[in-house]
Amino acid sequence: MSGDAEFFNEMRGADGTVRPAYSDYCKWFDNQDQKLLRRKHGEAETNFRKTGITFNVYGEDEAEERLIPFDMVPRIIDAGEWRRLTRGIEQRVSALNAFMHDLYHRQEIVRAGRLPERLLRHNEAWLPNMVGFTPPGGVYTHIVGIDLVRTGPDEFFVLEDNARTPSGVSYMLENRETMMQMFPELFLRCPVEQVSDYPRRLAKSLVACAPDCAGDRPVVAVMTPGIFNSAYFEHAFLADQMGAELVEGSDLRVVDGRVAMRTTSGYKAVDVIYRRVDDEFLDPLTFNRDSVLGVPGIMDVYRSGGVTIANAPGTGVCDDKAIYSFMPEIVEFYTGEKPLLSNVETWRCADEDSLKYVLDNLAELVVKEVHGSGGYGMLVGPASTKKEIEEFRHKIVEDPDNYIAQPTLSLSTCPVFTKKGLAPRHVDLRPFVLVSPDKIDITPGGLTRVALKEGSLVVNSSQGGGTKDTWVLKD
Amino acid sequence: MLGRTANGLFWMFRYLERAENTSRLLDAGLRMSLTRDLVTAEEEWRSVISTAGQREAYEAKHSSYTGMQAWDFILRDKDNAASIICMFKLVRQNARLARNAISGELWEAINENWLIIEEQLAKPVGENKVIETVATIRRAGTMARGALNGSMLRDEGYNFSLAGMFIERADAIARILDIKYYLLLPSLSYVGSSLDTGQWDTVLRSVSGDRAYRWLNAGHIDARNICEFLILDNRFPRSLAFCHSQLRENLAALARLHGTEGRSNALMRDADTRLSEMNIDQIFEQGLHEFLIDFTATNAAIGEAIAADYRFLS
Repeated sequence: MSGDAEFFNEMRGADGTVRPAYSDYCKWFDNQDQKLLRRKHGEAETNFRKTGITFNVYGEDEAEERLIPFDMVPRIIDAGEWRRLTRGIEQRVSALNAFMHDLYHRQEIVRAGRLPERLLRHNEAWLPNMVGFTPPGGVYTHIVGIDLVRTGPDEFFVLEDNARTPSGVSYMLENRETMMQMFPELFLRCPVEQVSDYPRRLAKSLVACAPDCAGDRPVVAVMTPGIFNSAYFEHAFLADQMGAELVEGSDLRVVDGRVAMRTTSGYKAVDVIYRRVDDEFLDPLTFNRDSVLGVPGIMDVYRSGGVTIANAPGTGVCDDKAIYSFMPEIVEFYTGEKPLLSNVETWRCADEDSLKYVLDNLAELVVKEVHGSGGYGMLVGPASTKKEIEEFRHKIVEDPDNYIAQPTLSLSTCPVFTKKGLAPRHVDLRPFVLVSPDKIDITPGGLTRVALKEGSLVVNSSQGGGTKDTWVLKD
Repeated sequence: MLGRTANGLFWMFRYLERAENTSRLLDAGLRMSLTRDLVTAEEEWRSVISTAGQREAYEAKHSSYTGMQAWDFILRDKDNAASIICMFKLVRQNARLARNAISGELWEAINENWLIIEEQLAKPVGENKVIETVATIRRAGTMARGALNGSMLRDEGYNFSLAGMFIERADAIARILDIKYYLLLPSLSYVGSSLDTGQWDTVLRSVSGDRAYRWLNAGHIDARNICEFLILDNRFPRSLAFCHSQLRENLAALARLHGTEGRSNALMRDADTRLSEMNIDQIFEQGLHEFLIDFTATNAAIGEAIAADYRFLS
């Protein structure tokens, strides 16, 4: 396999030499029997099926549970690269948390003229109920996923901030488990940082955010929409690993000013709810009176300090891609420092000049809805037909505020295992960040998503992407 | 533990037991059909479907009873809510629902077997495959019970699982006995020659009790003995008495864990007293059918009381 000059190849430089992070791995790989590796590749899938690591696909009756394809070549990051990344992530996440607090209090950033007020007014995730309220411990974004892409040896960019309910951490853990089962000898040769204590770190971080009324051993529950949700496996997995109850809205009720779950011996108060349901399914009294989902009155308990909800309601504001475009200003405003991690250059179609540029260059750009996620509702210019581009043009002209555009990035590649040997494919990276009142904790690793189709730049699992184990090497 | 999770465990094991009981019935039917002429075979398949409680659904769809058609309906017809494929789907669904209350071993036993069963039942099952398929289903039950036994914490989840299993099993045995009760009335024993001992054999096979019965009775077979064995013999794990002694133990454990007795414990005590005071002659005197109706109703009432005592639903 040779380096492709157009894209940064994380395993091999442009001259074909192996980059240091991959040297131990490549030495091992070159001595492997390729036939045996191919067989192991098949075994990995069987293993995922047996353990039930699946995601559900909405709107498909048959095969409603699918596997996310797993590639057995690890994505490797060296200790120095990771240190630089964590500093940038820490800075960004602490700014996000300060930003959330400010948004729901004095809005200094708007007063200072650094963020247009209309961005909040038009933000669907903005919650008036949160105004003037500070969650327990001052933490808004307990669990954050920062999506990073790479374009060169030192060029990392933040593609998206996931401050609402980032998913995928179970894949980080199970991918590692699978790799250790398949290739135990690799872990004896390569000094890889552990990720397996993430559930313990998560439990600790959540407990540290418990409300004052909690006892010595705060009760944590994971709240799921139920077994038909696409990420149900992950909800059950995390509850199981943390030793927490896995609750649905129908298990919860407000009893004596606390949120309580229906156990076999009666209602028992819950101190911290790690919810994996959207804001609008939390409380029908507050959000959606017609909804039968959620816990009537939970927001009142929350506002009176009787329960911690992680992440805090209303944090979805940060996932908005128009807000994203202001992240450099946001980081600087709250930390007083220059951002260590760069944003991808972003044109806001709401601005007239930008809109004109975007419409003139649609074939070169990636256009996204400001509230979209999961790779839906986006246009990848270079990969689209003329007809698709023209259709999208109409959508943008009709509602420019709803779109932002970014250049098509030269995403780095990692090798994947194919029938014909190793072949480069584009990747991104989602590290998982835990926030508690006194600590920002980043598990060394994360979820590497890989576009398995040759040449494709879309890594989302809903669009044919797969995952890889992600190694951070020890010093 | 959440009430909803307890409900999930209880039903996971009920459905598993139901799928397994159905497979035992099917096994007995298959055996019977191999040794019969065509006319009796048709009669036998009607009887298997009736005993499985699927006659109405079957006749809504089919007008005749043939082996392949009958086992296809029992095994894999998605229109048949009681088919083994539908049952096992519910087993897995409840296991998923209670995923964080069961051990990884138990989950994998369920999930792996589901994948195997789903594949085996993806297409119609041929005559040369059906016995193997039935064995797979029984093995799934055996593996799940083994994982439950060997890897589950002995807390309330364990007791709810076993309670579901024994309530379902007692119900199934009582139903089989009731459907076949005309074969088991003592008066018929006198007819002797006209009664086919093969029919009795099928009753025993339906609960996989033929070997144990022979062992205990040295080959002597009669209706009174069979009834005594399936109703009152505490040594046989598929007798009514055994199911209720296990159920009692698990309900007592739940009461101890919760520090309080509920209606389920009271009902259980009554049922126990009644059963232990009966011998087989009294049962026949009272009427086997009446006894079984009464037993089934009490068994169901205990199940409902468990759900209420431990807040399964609200």
